[in-house]
Amino acid sequence: MSELYSTAHSAITDPSLHAWGPEIPVYLFLGGFTAGIMVLSGWALWQGRRNQRAHATFSLASSGLFTLGLGAISLGMLALFLDLSHKAYVWRLYLTMKPWSPMSWGAWILLLVYPVLLAGVLLDPPRWLLRFAPALDALWRRLADDGRVRRSTGFVSITTGVALGIYTGILLSALGARPLWSSALLGPLFLVSGLSTSAAFAHWASPEPAEREQMAWLDNLFLTIELGLLGSLLIGLLSSTEAHAEAARLLLGGPYTAVFWVGVVGLGILLPLVIQSLAVTGRVAHTPIAPVLVILGGLALRFVIVYAGQYSHWPRV
Amino acid sequence: MTTIGGLSRRRFLKIAGAGAGVAAVGGSVGELLWKAHGGRETERGLRQVPTFCDICFWKCGAIASVRDGVLWKIEGNPDDPLSRGRLCPRGTGGVGAHFDSDRLRAPLMRRSVRGQEQWTEVTWDEALGAVAGKMQKIKAEHGPEAIALFSHGIGGTFLKHTLKAFGTPNVTAPSFAQCRGPRDVGFNLTFGEEVGSPERTDIRNARCLVLIGSHLGENMHNTQVQEFAAAVGAGASIIVVDPRFSIAASKARFYLPIKPGTDIALLLAWMNTLVTEELYDKDYVQRFGFGFEAFAAEITPFTPEWAYPETGIEPEVIRETAREMARQRPATLVHPGRHATWYGDDAQRSRAIALLNALLGSWGRKGGFYAPVSMDVPAYPYPPYPKSTRGKADNPGKRYPFANETITTGIREATLTGKPYPIKGWFVYGSNLIHALPNEQETIRAIQNLDLLVVVDVIGSEIAGWADIVLPEATYLERYDEINVETFREPFVALRQPVVEPPADQKPNWWIARELAGKLGLEAYFPWKDIEEYLAHRLEGAGLSFEELKKKGILRGEKKPIYFEEGVEPTFPTPSGKIEFYSTQLREAGFDPVPKYRRPPQGPAGSFRLLFGRAPVHSFSRTQTNPILHEMMAENEVWVNVNVATRYGLKNGDLVRLKNQDGVVSNPVKVRATQAIRADCVYIVHGFGHTSKMLRRALGRGASDAGLVTRYEVDPLMGGTGMNVNFVTLEAGA
Amino acid sequence: MARLGMAIDTRKCVGCMDCVVACKTENDVPEGFNRDWIRYEYQGEWPTLRLEIRSERCNHCDEPPCVSCCPTGASHVHPFGAVVLVDKDECIGCKACVASCPYDARFIHPDGYADKCTFCIHRVEQGLQPACVAVCPTRCMYFGDLDDAHSEVSRLLASRKHHSLLPGAGTEPRIFYLE
Repeated sequence: MSELYSTAHSAITDPSLHAWGPEIPVYLFLGGFTAGIMVLSGWALWQGRRNQRAHATFSLASSGLFTLGLGAISLGMLALFLDLSHKAYVWRLYLTMKPWSPMSWGAWILLLVYPVLLAGVLLDPPRWLLRFAPALDALWRRLADDGRVRRSTGFVSITTGVALGIYTGILLSALGARPLWSSALLGPLFLVSGLSTSAAFAHWASPEPAEREQMAWLDNLFLTIELGLLGSLLIGLLSSTEAHAEAARLLLGGPYTAVFWVGVVGLGILLPLVIQSLAVTGRVAHTPIAPVLVILGGLALRFVIVYAGQYSHWPRV
Repeated sequence: MTTIGGLSRRRFLKIAGAGAGVAAVGGSVGELLWKAHGGRETERGLRQVPTFCDICFWKCGAIASVRDGVLWKIEGNPDDPLSRGRLCPRGTGGVGAHFDSDRLRAPLMRRSVRGQEQWTEVTWDEALGAVAGKMQKIKAEHGPEAIALFSHGIGGTFLKHTLKAFGTPNVTAPSFAQCRGPRDVGFNLTFGEEVGSPERTDIRNARCLVLIGSHLGENMHNTQVQEFAAAVGAGASIIVVDPRFSIAASKARFYLPIKPGTDIALLLAWMNTLVTEELYDKDYVQRFGFGFEAFAAEITPFTPEWAYPETGIEPEVIRETAREMARQRPATLVHPGRHATWYGDDAQRSRAIALLNALLGSWGRKGGFYAPVSMDVPAYPYPPYPKSTRGKADNPGKRYPFANETITTGIREATLTGKPYPIKGWFVYGSNLIHALPNEQETIRAIQNLDLLVVVDVIGSEIAGWADIVLPEATYLERYDEINVETFREPFVALRQPVVEPPADQKPNWWIARELAGKLGLEAYFPWKDIEEYLAHRLEGAGLSFEELKKKGILRGEKKPIYFEEGVEPTFPTPSGKIEFYSTQLREAGFDPVPKYRRPPQGPAGSFRLLFGRAPVHSFSRTQTNPILHEMMAENEVWVNVNVATRYGLKNGDLVRLKNQDGVVSNPVKVRATQAIRADCVYIVHGFGHTSKMLRRALGRGASDAGLVTRYEVDPLMGGTGMNVNFVTLEAGA
Repeated sequence: MARLGMAIDTRKCVGCMDCVVACKTENDVPEGFNRDWIRYEYQGEWPTLRLEIRSERCNHCDEPPCVSCCPTGASHVHPFGAVVLVDKDECIGCKACVASCPYDARFIHPDGYADKCTFCIHRVEQGLQPACVAVCPTRCMYFGDLDDAHSEVSRLLASRKHHSLLPGAGTEPRIFYLE
C-alpha cells in the first residue's frame, strides 16, 4: 500500500504531460504523408515513369503529386510553427546543428525536402510555369527528359523521403522519458504509415488505372507491415520495464484503447485492407472509401501516439 | 565550496534576468523610499530593510529586499535568535500580503443590513468621525466599558491603548480562551509560571521529545520547527501521540495512534509507570515538589492496563515509552502544545503534562523547559488610564476562577445577555472572530445586539463582512509597530519598520489609533508627534539607539543563564512555593487536585469526530488570499481513513460535504482517502471555506471547520472552549 | 571542474514548502508554475506507516536528455558546476525538453521559453546557497561539489544511505535523498 501526494502544479506537466496539442500530430502526419509521396514518386522517377498527360495530375512522379507534397509539408511546418511557444526565435533552429537532437536533424531534413520536391515539380513542368517563364522552357524540357537527371532525382527523393518519414517517429522515440515512445520501432512505423497514406492517396487520385491497381496492392503491403510493427511495438513495450508495460496498457485497456483499436487498427488498417484486397482481386470496384479510411487512420495513429505518449510516464516514485 | 569562475558578468546578468519578470519601475521611486526608510542599498536598485514578520505571531526577524522600488523577497535576518536567518514558508511568502489583490483599499461604511457586504467608500476623516461619534453615544448611554476590543498580535498595541484610555477594561484575544489559555493555566497551577510564547521549550537540546497532538512541521512556528528538525537530526527519541499520522509522527520512534479525547488516561498511565517503577527524578521531586505522596496515591489505580481500553494504546507500548522518557531525563521534553482547547478538560490535561514533566525533572533543565529572559525596555510614560468601577464583563463572579486573561467568549456572552452589563460596541483588530470563536451563529447573534462593530484588518475577512465600519490597515511591510521586546533564550529587541508604501489608502494601526484618540478628545494619551518619536523614546529609556535598530532590525543583549544547572534560581510562584503535584487551590475551588480522566462523550453512530489543525503555508484564516500562499495550498482536504472511504465509495479527490450533529453542512471539500488517520475521526486544515465576498481568491475554496464547530465544552477552570467535540458525517456530492 | 549537486535529508525534511515559496520569490516564478515541489510518499498500512518527504526539482543530470534533444542548444550544460541551464534567447519553445524530462522538472514560461531550476546559479556565483537551501528551516538540504571528496555533500553521500530518483531512466541525476 503506498500513497503519493505532490505539490507540483505546473500546468504543462501536472498531473500529466500535455506539452503538445493537435498541431504536432498534424505535423507528424503531414510529414509522413509527404515522405510517402517522395518515396513513391522517387521510385517512379527512378523507374523512368512520367506523367502521361499534358496537364498536371496526381499520378506518381507528376508535378501534381510533388506540388501536393510541397503543400502538405508547408502546412505541416505551419502546424509546427503554430505549436512553438517562443516563435520569434524560430530562426535559431537553422543556426545550429545539434547531432544528438532529432528535431535539429528534422529542421535540416525539412530544408532538404523543399528543393527535392521542387525538382520533382520541375521534371514535369506544369503549363502555368512554362507560360510564366518561356525563356527557360527549353532548358527545363531538356533536363526533364534526361534519364540520369530523372533517376538521380528519384534516388534523392527516395532517400530524403525515408529520412523524413523515419525522423517523424524518431522525434518522439528520442524522448525516453515517455515510455510509450521509447521504442526504435516508432521511426519505421511512422515511415510505413506515411507510405501507406500516400499510396492510399495515389490509389484514389491517380488517373492511371494500372497505377491505381499497383498502389492498392502496395498499400495493402504497407498496411500489413504497419500492423506487424504496431504488434511488435506493443509486445516490445509489454516485455520491457513496468513503466513501459504500463504505457502499452494505455492502448490495451487504458483510456486510449477505444480510439486505438477502433480508429487506428479497425477503421484505419483492417477495414481498408479487406476492402482493397477485394478490389485488387477484382471482387469489388475501387472506391475512395478505403483510401480515405487509410488517410484518416494515419492521422488517428499520430494523435493516439502523441497523446497517449504524453500521458505515459515513469513511475512517480 | 569552490568559488565560481568562468561566468562573465554579462552572462550572469542574463541568467539572473531569465525568468525574472523584473518590474521596470523607475529608480526614482526606490530612491525616495530609500531616503524615507531605514535599511541599506546593497547594489544598484536593490534595497534591503530589516523588519519582523507578521504572517503569524511568532515575530521572526526578516530582511525584505526591494528591487527597483518594488518589493521582491523577504528572507530571515541572520541576527535574529527566532528565525536564525530562515523564515518559514508563510514568512517567505509574506511578499504576497503586500501584493494581494483582495486587500482592503479604503475605509468602508455599511450601507445595507449587517452581513450583506454592501459598502460605501469613505474618507478616513469620515470613518473615524463616525466611529468616534458612535463610541461617545455608547459611552453616554452605557458607559465606556460597553465597548470591547478583540485584538490579536503586536499590531493591536496602540488600539488597546486608545480603548483603555477611553475607559474600557474589556480587551481580549482568542489566543487565550480559544488557544493556549488552558495550557498556560495548567502550567501556572503546577509551576507558578506559564509556558508563554515563544514557548520556553528547549526542543533542540531534548534527547526525548513527546508530542501530544502537537503537529510540528505542519504547525510552522519557526523556531520550534527548526529545533524539532535539529533534534530529529541529532537522533533524539521522538514519541508522537496523535489520532492522525502527522508529519511529526513520521519522524517518531514511537507513534501512538490514540483514540481522540483520551490523552489524560495516557498521561496518568505514563505517570503511574514512572512512579511505580520508580523511574522519576526523585531528587528533583523531593527538592521542588509539593504533595507528591497524595499525588502518587491518586494515580495508583491508573495502570497502563487500565488505560489500554480507553486509549487503544497497548500497555507494553505505554510502559516502553515511559521508560524511554525516563532514560533520557531530564532532557525529556513533554511538549505542552499550543492550541490546547480540545475537550473542555484542557487545563487539567495541560496540568497532567506539566506533572509528567515535573516527574522527569525537565522544568528549568537543559533539554526541557528553559527560563526565558528579556531586555528591560521601560514603557512609554503615558497618563494613567481611567479606572473602571464595573470591572471586566467576561467572567462575572469569577465563574472561571483560574482565568487570568479576558475570555473572548465571555465578552460574547455578555453582549448576548446584557449581563453583567451590556456590551454595545466591538472593535476587532486583526482577528477573524467568525473563524476563531466556536459557534459562529452565536457570534452573529451577539453582533446583532451591537450598536457599533468596527473591524480593522488588512483583508475583508468574514468578521469584516459583518462590520458597520471597516478600516483598512497597512500590512506589516508598510508600517512601524510596537517594538518587540522578546522573552526568549536570549534577550533582544526587534523593530518592525516600513519596507514599501501601502498601495492605496491603507493606514498603519498606530496612526488609526492616534487619529481616533484625537477625535475622542484623548490627545493627552498620545503625546508623541509620530511613531518614530515614540519608538526612539522607548529605546532611549533602555539605552538603545533607534538609528542602529533601524539599520540592524535586531539588537541583542547579553546572554544570561537559562537553566537551573547554569545558575538560574529555581523558584515556583505557586501558593506552596513548590511544584504542586497536589493542588490545594484547585481542591478549594472544587476541582480535582490531581487531574482525573473522564471518558469523552462519543458522537452519534456512523459519525466521525471532527479534528482540525494547521498547514505550514497558512496562518489561521488570514492568508488564503495571499497569492503566493494560495498557490501553495488553495483549499483544504478532508482526511478520511481509506477503509472508511472505500466503504463510502470515495476515492482521493472526490467531493463530499461534511454535515455535523446539528445539521450544519460544509462547502464541498475534496477527500484525501488515506492510511494516515484513524477510522473514528476526520481531519481538515483550519482557515478555509471562506464566505466573505471580499476574499475573492479564497471564496468557497475548501471547507470551514469553524462553521462545523457549533458545540464546544467550556473549561470550568478557565473558560476555554474545547472544540474537538463535534461530529460529522460524509454527505456525497458537490 | 565542479559538478554541483544536492543531498537532501529526508529524515529532517517536514515538507513545509518553504523551498517552493523561496524559489517562487527569488526567481519570480510565475503564478501557476513551480521550479521545485514536494512529494509525500507513504508506505505501509495504518498505523505502521512510513513517510518519505522529498523536495524535488531539476536533477541537473550528468546525462541530461533535455540537453541532447534540444534542437538549438538553448538547453545546455553550463561550464560552471555542470549546471543544466536554458538560454531563453536561443529557445524556440518546441517543448521537446519538457517532454524529455522524466522528472517533469520543466515548464514553458508564460513568455514562451522553457524554464526550470537553475540551482540559483546567480546566487551561487556570489558565493550564496540556492534560495531553497538557504531558506530551509529544517536545514535538511546540502548543496555543493560532488567531485570534491571533502565537500559536505560528498561526505554525507559517503557516510549515509541514499537514493536518487528514477535511476533506471539513465539520466544520472545529481540530487540525492538521504534516508
